Amino acid sequence: MKFRTPLARVRGLGSAKSGTHHWWMQRLTAIALVPLSLWFVASLIVVVTAEHALVVAWLHSPLVAVLCCALIVAIFYHGQLGLQVVVEDYVHTEWLKVASLVVMNLLFLLLATACLFAVLSIAFRS
Amino acid sequence: MEKSQRPLSPHLQIYRPQLTSVLSIIHRASGIALVLGTLVLVYWLLAAASGAEAYSSAQQLLGSWPGRTLMLGFSFALFFHLCNGIRHLFWDAGLGFELKTAYASGKAVVAVSVIMTVLAWALAYAMRGGG
Repeated sequence: MKFRTPLARVRGLGSAKSGTHHWWMQRLTAIALVPLSLWFVASLIVVVTAEHALVVAWLHSPLVAVLCCALIVAIFYHGQLGLQVVVEDYVHTEWLKVASLVVMNLLFLLLATACLFAVLSIAFRS
Repeated sequence: MEKSQRPLSPHLQIYRPQLTSVLSIIHRASGIALVLGTLVLVYWLLAAASGAEAYSSAQQLLGSWPGRTLMLGFSFALFFHLCNGIRHLFWDAGLGFELKTAYASGKAVVAVSVIMTVLAWALAYAMRGGG
């Protein structure tokens, strides 16, 4: 018997209490990563074999630094969302699942921070 | 969680592999591989931030044959995940669900990701002037 209105069901946001937020952010970061990763790979083709001075000069440009930061945020956000689903699919012991997700999220945060720090430290170098 | 005694659905190896299912599995596998690949990104960026010496040793490590093989794998994983991800975005928009279209787009994803990988490496070697 359906006593609840469609609106109430929508407001209830389902059993995860987050509605479509996970799904939506995964798509949003995916869309952002299409141009960003293509740009990054194209840049790497030029930069990756060059010497250190060229990499520094490249990351010194504000546009490059901003795009790199956007790429880093999108990569780690997208990766976190994706790996969360993998863990939820395969780890069925509740405490182990929660522990994996906590460790994973903290690790992603650390790696993203390290990348952002590296980019900004070069970008702000005088 | 208590193991329930309910019947399980057949395991993966029961089914005949199809292009659609294999690409779906590779999509997840390449995603996991790319997460591991971020470790290389972290290493490379931190080396660049640390100075010319650290950067050249990172370049040496990544430019070695095992390093290059790893990077070849990561680059293919990236191009595949990118192309197949775009295929997924079309599905999310409700497009391309017909069986024929799903197979055609699957073949296109494989072809384009291989071509992009070859092209990227050919360009990188050309920029470097061979070697």
